[in-house]
Amino acid sequence: MAIAKKASPIPSASPATNGQGAAPPELGKAVELAAYRQMLLIRRFEEKAGQMYGMGLIGGFCHLYIGQEAVVVGMQMTLKEGDQIITGYRDHGHMLSCGMDPKGVMAELTGRRGGYSKGKGGSMHMFSVEKGFFGGHGIVGAQVSLGTGLAFANHYRGNDNVSLTYFGDGAANQGQVYESFNMAALWKLPVVYLIENNRYAMGTSVNRASAQTDFSKRGLSFNIPGDQVDGMDVRAVKAAGDKAVEWCRSGKGPYILEMMTYRYRGHSMSDPAKYRTREEVEKVRTERDPIEQVRARVIANKWASEDELKKVDAEVRAIVNEAAEFSTNDPEPDVSELYTDIVR
Amino acid sequence: MPINVLMPALSPTMEKGNLAKWTKSVGDKVKAGDVIAEIETDKATMEVEAVDEGTLGKILVPEGTADVAVNTPIAVILSEGEDASAANAPAPAKAETPAQDAKGKESQPPAAPEAPAAEDARKPAEPASAVANPPQPEAAPEPDVPEGTEMVTMTVREALRDAMAEEMRRDDTVFVMGEEVAEYQGAYKVTQGLLQEFGPKRVVDTPITEHGFAGVGVGAALAGLKPIVEFMTFNFAMQAIDQIINSAAKTLYMSGGQMGCPIVFRGPNGAAARVAAQHSQDYSAWYSHIPGLTVVAPYTAADFKGLLKAAIRSPNPVIFLENEILYGQSFPVPKLDDHVVPIGKAKVARPGKDVTIVAWSIGMTYALKAAEELAKKHIYAEVIDLRTLRPMDSETVVESVKKTGRCVVVEEGWQQSGVGAEVSARIMESAFDYLDAPVGRVSGKNVPMPYAANLEKLALPTVEEVVAAARAVCYR
Repeated sequence: MAIAKKASPIPSASPATNGQGAAPPELGKAVELAAYRQMLLIRRFEEKAGQMYGMGLIGGFCHLYIGQEAVVVGMQMTLKEGDQIITGYRDHGHMLSCGMDPKGVMAELTGRRGGYSKGKGGSMHMFSVEKGFFGGHGIVGAQVSLGTGLAFANHYRGNDNVSLTYFGDGAANQGQVYESFNMAALWKLPVVYLIENNRYAMGTSVNRASAQTDFSKRGLSFNIPGDQVDGMDVRAVKAAGDKAVEWCRSGKGPYILEMMTYRYRGHSMSDPAKYRTREEVEKVRTERDPIEQVRARVIANKWASEDELKKVDAEVRAIVNEAAEFSTNDPEPDVSELYTDIVR
Repeated sequence: MPINVLMPALSPTMEKGNLAKWTKSVGDKVKAGDVIAEIETDKATMEVEAVDEGTLGKILVPEGTADVAVNTPIAVILSEGEDASAANAPAPAKAETPAQDAKGKESQPPAAPEAPAAEDARKPAEPASAVANPPQPEAAPEPDVPEGTEMVTMTVREALRDAMAEEMRRDDTVFVMGEEVAEYQGAYKVTQGLLQEFGPKRVVDTPITEHGFAGVGVGAALAGLKPIVEFMTFNFAMQAIDQIINSAAKTLYMSGGQMGCPIVFRGPNGAAARVAAQHSQDYSAWYSHIPGLTVVAPYTAADFKGLLKAAIRSPNPVIFLENEILYGQSFPVPKLDDHVVPIGKAKVARPGKDVTIVAWSIGMTYALKAAEELAKKHIYAEVIDLRTLRPMDSETVVESVKKTGRCVVVEEGWQQSGVGAEVSARIMESAFDYLDAPVGRVSGKNVPMPYAANLEKLALPTVEEVVAAARAVCYR
């Protein structure tokens, strides 16, 4: 059965930005350098995780975030104390961007006692009450209702905090997403729904799975506004995020941001990614890489020299190596932990 | 021929009701569709429409009469030219008792909407208000209640409402959400009056969206609130079971103890009456299988109240299984400012020496009636009300079995992988040498619940089956 549909756009050089077509506002030296460091940390962390998976140190499922770094890093800049973040199973980038310790995250991946969940959650199930990170959820789409519940709690308490609820183009076809949209719009809950459209729900491309491939329109029947955003450009993410978060803080209800992004690696470590061409991946890598974009601007604006950036690279590598070291040498959880934390 | 107007059954389980008001007077013309009277059931006031045309010739049951049995003639409609004297209706079966002031008793809010017609598949069947005298446990109603405590009689429905109201007064992070919990006052009137006292922020009507609102509730609990999520029935919670198990039950463990989920999922569970397979399932075994969940299924109003309060205070996700048939039943409840019953403790509801009968929730009605029957045959059964299914108090059961040497487990759910199977396995493991007979199981039959009245009756456990099972294990 051949269904002719226009393919969802690969993130292109002409950014959709925040729905207005204009180039995104510049972030300036300090912010760009911070973004560079954060994105690089995620990239190097994920590369290391992939390597450690290959060495058998990480088991089970491991979903890498490489290629999508600008989304979480840009959105994190829009938040304030008390805001909440929740996502699905491709969650390492979210955790690092909200300030969770790379050692604790990596040790969770290796199933050690120093992991965020004492080794009992693994790659897909980590939390940090302190950092406002509510998981880390393994059931596709479940986090959308949960994130709506976080927003419900903000609304109930009468504060102006916002829930950032991340999910993918695959989860966007789950029924509970629309049940949640309905309630969020009905009750004007402060939740930004971030649809990370990386073009593939595991091995199924967006146009093979979705009748409406413009996910920013998925809230239309609930009157939820939505923008399509160039998720490879941290400036565009930040600009769109600011607008959406402000919308929620001021009590206007939910907002949808479709982040046009791309994952370079397979769905999980065991995915050979035969459903797309090497050329497709290579094209995005060379033309739209989120880290290279920042790097180019930093150099062009002389915000830092090549040598200074190399120093940042070395610092990030040191952090990641330390995390890898820790997570390799940290002992497994004590056997008594088998029966703890079932009920309080 | 004068036509007798009969007291209508306004729900599958209604057996009697109060004649609240006549809206037509003797001599008034009526035509089909005219509202002629208002009838109060234990949770709603419903209008009665005339089916026939004519003149209201005679009112046989005056307004204000309580407990009028279904099918009792309540009025006579005359055709043209007929005389009231032609009406020769029998006197009502039971009349002349002034109607109880149900409004005062249940502190019903003034603007309680009336229940809609019963065609709606989602409209719950009405509880059997006619069962006025449920079998009462013989032991002290609650071991934790101080001796000499004054007892007040209240229905399970009132006990549940009071429990929620008390906890909501005590803790402003407690709120209730679900379908029809607020403006409608509860599909089964369990949340009656809560909207009026606590307002729409804390008593939240949801759309019909079980999967979604269960997830919203769990998310709110992860964020530190204490939601009470009402499912109109647990049959509909099957749509939400992923959120209950994967998100609510497992998060504490998956987070290494960092993030708990203090939430109560409550609503009627199991068979009501004549609502067939999709609305009659017992989920006791399903939820009691899950580590991380607490599962409570009380029988008496005192336990419903005390255990719901404990459930709301629990830092863990609690499945609170109610029963529609029990909602309208009355029990003594201790008059205490703060009656809390500990989770995880079974109770000896009736002491005995010959055979242990283990039950919970509505299963207790079969167990207690069977014990009564058995006593006439000089078999003295000890009836244990489990009350909490997870964590299960096997100690109380095992202690009893060590004394009696025999046991029968009663449940409305299906036998395979049921709670009864679990109870008997535990007895086998912990009291094998004390057993004088294999543990007997009385359960719902291994079929989807049929609609036909005779088949439905056959599908459920009966008192006779419990008696027979108890005699079998006693070899008497």
